Amino acid sequence: MAADLSSSYFQLFGLPRAFGIDAAQLDSRYRELQRIAHPDRYASAGDQERRLAMQQATRINEGYQTLKDPLKRGRYLLELGGFVFSDQHQTTRDPEFLMEQMELREALGAVKTAGDPLAMLAGLMDRIAADFAALTVELQSRFTGGDCGNPQAAAETLMKMQFFRRLQEEAQELEAALEDELT
Amino acid sequence: MALLQIAEPGESTAPHAHRLAAGIDLGTTNSLVASVRSGVADTLPDVDGRHLLPSVVRYPETGRPVVGAAALAAATEDPLNTIASVKRLMGRGVEDVKRLGTQLPYDFVPGASAMPLLRTVAGDVSPVEVSAEILRVLKARAEQTLGGELQGVVITVPAYFDEAQRQATKDAGRLAGLNVLRLLNEPTAAAVAYGLDKGSEGVIAIFDLGGGTFDISILRLNRGVFEVMATAGDSSLGGDDFDRLVAHWIMQEAGVADDAGHIQMRRLMQVARTAKEALTDQPVVDVRLERIDGTPWQGELTRERFEALIEPLLQKALSPCRRALRDAGIRTGDVEAVVMVGGSTRIPLVRRRVGEFFGREPLVDIDPDRVVAVGAAIQADILAGNKPEDEMLLLDVIPLSLGLETMGGLSEKIIPRNSTIPTARAQEFTTFKDGQTAMSLHVVQGERELVSDCRSLARFELRDIPPMVAGAARIRVTFQVDADGLLNVTAEEKGTGARSSIVVKPSYGLSDVEIERMLGDSLSHAREDMELRRLREEQVEADRVLEALRAALAMDADRILNAEERDVIEAAARDLAEARDGTDYRAIKAAIGAVEQASGDYVARRMNESIRKAMAGHRVDEFKS
Repeated sequence: MAADLSSSYFQLFGLPRAFGIDAAQLDSRYRELQRIAHPDRYASAGDQERRLAMQQATRINEGYQTLKDPLKRGRYLLELGGFVFSDQHQTTRDPEFLMEQMELREALGAVKTAGDPLAMLAGLMDRIAADFAALTVELQSRFTGGDCGNPQAAAETLMKMQFFRRLQEEAQELEAALEDELT
Repeated sequence: MALLQIAEPGESTAPHAHRLAAGIDLGTTNSLVASVRSGVADTLPDVDGRHLLPSVVRYPETGRPVVGAAALAAATEDPLNTIASVKRLMGRGVEDVKRLGTQLPYDFVPGASAMPLLRTVAGDVSPVEVSAEILRVLKARAEQTLGGELQGVVITVPAYFDEAQRQATKDAGRLAGLNVLRLLNEPTAAAVAYGLDKGSEGVIAIFDLGGGTFDISILRLNRGVFEVMATAGDSSLGGDDFDRLVAHWIMQEAGVADDAGHIQMRRLMQVARTAKEALTDQPVVDVRLERIDGTPWQGELTRERFEALIEPLLQKALSPCRRALRDAGIRTGDVEAVVMVGGSTRIPLVRRRVGEFFGREPLVDIDPDRVVAVGAAIQADILAGNKPEDEMLLLDVIPLSLGLETMGGLSEKIIPRNSTIPTARAQEFTTFKDGQTAMSLHVVQGERELVSDCRSLARFELRDIPPMVAGAARIRVTFQVDADGLLNVTAEEKGTGARSSIVVKPSYGLSDVEIERMLGDSLSHAREDMELRRLREEQVEADRVLEALRAALAMDADRILNAEERDVIEAAARDLAEARDGTDYRAIKAAIGAVEQASGDYVARRMNESIRKAMAGHRVDEFKS
């Protein structure tokens, strides 16, 4: 016995397979699905049923996280389309992009010794967020609905987004450390 | 079986008796039990009208342990045999206990699990057993008040409790003979009590500072769905620590040496606590102490001085607040209400600092001591099946990342903190030697990079890997976290399909065998009583399974099952009905298992169908519009 795992996350959430997604609708579908499948609905059920509910609820959580995040959603759509990611999609030769990454990393490294570290960091985080948003728009333009005419190019955009995501996480860790230090 | 729970709206489900359920707040300092009666959730008092049960257990040389106020009263004269604040030891190892140092004046001895035992005149007891004593008293109180046996309970835990601490709490529940429906995070419980009371929508923060633990949770409320966005905290920060600071201040002022004995320390802690509580309403308090040599000491503690003492700890509490907001991806301005929970939030400085941090007055209108138990009671009532129409749903998260040890003693995160549960994540590993047939895995929890800075949850060995050249084996390890925040790990070799399933028995937990043994030890029931009790339990369960199955089959068997499938299920049901009228509880249990086995696919198809139907309704709407 198993939960129905054959359908795509788009089918599971009753949403059209497309990169553009209505966030509010996704949120409300998510809550509706969990109302049906969450293990708490089966608290006094038998072991087997509880296990099934847990599988379903797990998949709904997974699907929600995938569809909510443009990075994961883009990657998922390419995979649905049959694209296979490999190690070559982990690197880029785009010199402009590489220069900017280096520059941002250096700036992040210099935050601690800046006159007003939190202000400098806030500025950097805004810039990283703006760059990520611009790449999301670029990614969207590579899709027509859920289809992608040039998956190689889309994969490269995704890889760049991944770089910015990592920077964002590092910046947040740094912010947490600075705030704890300064207060 | 919950087949009935996905009944069509309007279709009547068979009426069933109200199931007795309760919510239990197992606190560091005090514990409470609450239940929903006539639609109202409230805490239940003991025969003397007291709602709070001091979480103190005294082990006398002979006779049953004493729990509550009487044990607390004996704490100063008999410190080694009177266990208080045992929650701080739940799921904790020898190293943690050392770190707590002189704070807990007990004799520790190593036990079979990583959790140390406490030496008392009545023998060595584990923190799980001590907690179970507290739970037994609350269970008895609830059963007396409600007039029947409890069908299930919800026990609350600090949101920031790790897997080992949760497992220990669940073990204590089982040991006390309780059917634990769920472990519920304390701030989430408070949000339920608060949110349902106010009918709130939007983002709220729950600031929960209890006797020994601190939690901050950010939740989004939307039409009965309580979605935890992020949680953070400190599982060893609370009112006890304020008491200790005051006690140290008294020691300095009164010239009491640092190596004060157990009795002196206990007495000091109580004087400190009384002074702390008095300062909530008055600006200055007289402190009196009899030194160990019998000479009296008297001093004055001002609120100002007290606030200066605890300020560093409050600053320490703000760091998790910032982290929770960051993880939730919001700013303080997005928080629409801040709710205060836990006795320590009565301290004026705590309210002031929280108010300043969030830029709004925190809400203190629900009794901070009782709100958690009340929320737990509301959920227990729903989980027991008393409100099939209720729309309330709690979506909680795991507080700390789960990871595996990799090369160089580093932790690789498998499931990040603040993931909504239940959740699962799989990771592939391979062998690094030719012909390697075993591999050991080390599961850790925590945010730090070094494994040595994280909590070690379990080590286990994967055996029977088919011998292959190095790197050829593909071992997929799956982490599954259930709705209680408890972890289960399974592993499978992908090439051959060789499956090795491991239940992670945390280093701090008890095995089923140990629980059974302790249950056997603790129950005064004669063996025959136990057998009868089991038989009755299995019969009730059998009736429930059969009733649910009949109702479901009547509703949609024609559509979902072919004749052959239906025959198989009905044959299993007939066998169960027959076993049910017998006297062998094992046979009934086996027959229930057989029915579940036979109807598994049917149940899965029903659930999948209900999900498809719910979403299909939307699709039609979309295309029309």
